[in-house]
Amino acid sequence: MAEQHAIPTNIHPSRFVQNPLQRFLMATELDTRLLGMIGALAIIWIGFNIFSGGLFLTPRNLWNLSVQTASVAVMVTGMVLVIVTRNIDLSVGSILGVVGMVMGVMQTDILPTQLGLGLGHPMIWVLSLAAGLVVGVGIGALQGTIIAYLRVPAFIVTLGGYLVWRGAAWWVTMGRTVAPMDPTFQLMGGGPAGSVGALWSWIVAVIACAAILIGLYWGRRQRLRFNFPLRPIWAEAALAVIGCGVTIAAVMVANAYPWPVRIAERYAEANGIAVPETGLFISHGIAIPVLIALGVGVVMTFVATRTRFGRYVFAMGGNPEAAELAGINTRWVTVKIFMLMGALCAIAAAISTARLNAATNALGTLDELYVIAAAVIGGTSLAGGVGTIAGALLGALVMQSLQSGMVLMGLDSPLQSIVVGAVLVFAVWLDTLYRRNKH
Amino acid sequence: MLDARTPLVEMNDISISFGGIRAVDRASIDLFPGEVVGLLGHNGAGKSTLIKILSGAYKRDAGSIRINGEDVSINNPRDAKAYGIETIYQQLAVADNVDAAANLFLGREITTPIGTLDDAAMESKAREVMGRLNPNFRRFKEPVKALSGGQRQSVAIARAILFNARILIMDEPTAALGPQETAQVGDLIKQLKSDGIGIFLISHDIHDVFDLADRLVVMKNGQVVGSARTEDVTKDEVLGMIILGKVPDGATPGPGAIAG
Repeated sequence: MAEQHAIPTNIHPSRFVQNPLQRFLMATELDTRLLGMIGALAIIWIGFNIFSGGLFLTPRNLWNLSVQTASVAVMVTGMVLVIVTRNIDLSVGSILGVVGMVMGVMQTDILPTQLGLGLGHPMIWVLSLAAGLVVGVGIGALQGTIIAYLRVPAFIVTLGGYLVWRGAAWWVTMGRTVAPMDPTFQLMGGGPAGSVGALWSWIVAVIACAAILIGLYWGRRQRLRFNFPLRPIWAEAALAVIGCGVTIAAVMVANAYPWPVRIAERYAEANGIAVPETGLFISHGIAIPVLIALGVGVVMTFVATRTRFGRYVFAMGGNPEAAELAGINTRWVTVKIFMLMGALCAIAAAISTARLNAATNALGTLDELYVIAAAVIGGTSLAGGVGTIAGALLGALVMQSLQSGMVLMGLDSPLQSIVVGAVLVFAVWLDTLYRRNKH
Repeated sequence: MLDARTPLVEMNDISISFGGIRAVDRASIDLFPGEVVGLLGHNGAGKSTLIKILSGAYKRDAGSIRINGEDVSINNPRDAKAYGIETIYQQLAVADNVDAAANLFLGREITTPIGTLDDAAMESKAREVMGRLNPNFRRFKEPVKALSGGQRQSVAIARAILFNARILIMDEPTAALGPQETAQVGDLIKQLKSDGIGIFLISHDIHDVFDLADRLVVMKNGQVVGSARTEDVTKDEVLGMIILGKVPDGATPGPGAIAG
């Protein structure tokens, strides 16, 4: 305490640090752990690029990587909240499976035939998704209620759920694969049609950059209002440049990946566009599932950091007894967390089934382990109370990068599992070291 | 203090059992506005349990609770807070992983007009309250686990007084504190008392209680041995009540008093 007496409260602490790197980190208030993860991701990407002979860092691979990450990324945002409250959910892959089957049957059988909407009706995708969300939330509510009110450990309830919902997925059509999906529904899975194109990608980029700038401005205004220490102007500018730069770079990569030649030609023919000699270049732009995942990430970050619910989740994780004594209805919050997890599984199921253009009873197998691993690599502590949505999303990207990179390098499938498993343990060990040094 | 006014709190014939053991057995206790009542007894005498019934952490098996003369039912901590009962617990009940402001407002966050958390407003208010309580406190941005025991306790106390408590329960409030911080808590208790807040002070440090309490209630084996105004008894007599259950002349015997 003694050394702090002299420091006036409204001067930013970065003023008192000499080392330029430390000063930069302090002034920008960036999370060093998150930066470490980005560094690890950069090493993985560059490493794979070298070992795969330049195949990894291509617009095509990065675009595919983003689409492949989307489903796990959506689920991991909920898993963070589950793990933060010292629970676990082993059933997410199975919930994804059963919800995918329900949505598949809805759009191929129940809605078009039994309710007579006819195939290709514009409402089919909405109603199927809504049905999936209802089933997902319902399953989450059931599991959450058993965990919170009947006091059965989450590990057991969701281990049971893992078997129950996988069996239920099989039960829906007695194991038959359901295909094809509704054409509008399929857009949620990506592909040339399921991407927003160059123009809309730029519009998304502009909106994102504007949001970054407004966020920085608003934060500064709030600090001024209460006379809190302000970040130096150069740090604010650096944050703005970094944030907008990354956004623009990502959109440039997505736009640099053209539609496959055949599909572009067919599209040109159908729309009466002349194909130039050099070939028709139609950008994919950002894939719809990636936009969904990013949207979910933003919403979940907001929920986790800016709402009472999110505050309670973290308080419960830090000290469940204190949260209860503070008057928080911890049981109901737990139920809500699992309902949210169920809803996110339904969104992930929509992305997965749309991408596969089929619902199968094996869909989502092992996803629970990838989701938990992504959350943990992303800095969520199994001891509870610690974790961020952004970190978990990065964790999902790291996991997917490893898998995709090993495929590009032509590694055998068993070796891939061995590497992923080893990396998970190694990452958690590094994290333990980091936390021990910090405190 | 013992005038004809309505007591803030009356707990009558309260009993609670845990698996066949009567932790509290027909205990009665009351508290008036602006009064500090010290609750004394050995570990396991039932004082913490009795008071946790008032704060809503436990549910009583029998007995009645009156707040301002009206029967109330307190089934959980939320109910207790609704009656203006705030508690500072023996084991520091703070969430270690969030900052001081988040702890102060836990369960009663300030929100913006659109319903999101107003962190800046909460931090500002936290700075104001903590400034009054512990002017050296500066570490608003850090998780509470980075703080010392005394700082954490001042967070817990600030939380209790932040919401205009009328009844304050302090369960061993100075157990984790150094001498200087203990003195601060003493000053704080006097200040709160002059604001008309009723305080239950639970302690097994008899010196603390003698300095601060207007009235003493001694418990033993889940029963009230007796109660007395602080000036009517000596420390030795109170020790006799705590250890032997022997009630001196200056005290009113309760159900737990030994005969003779």
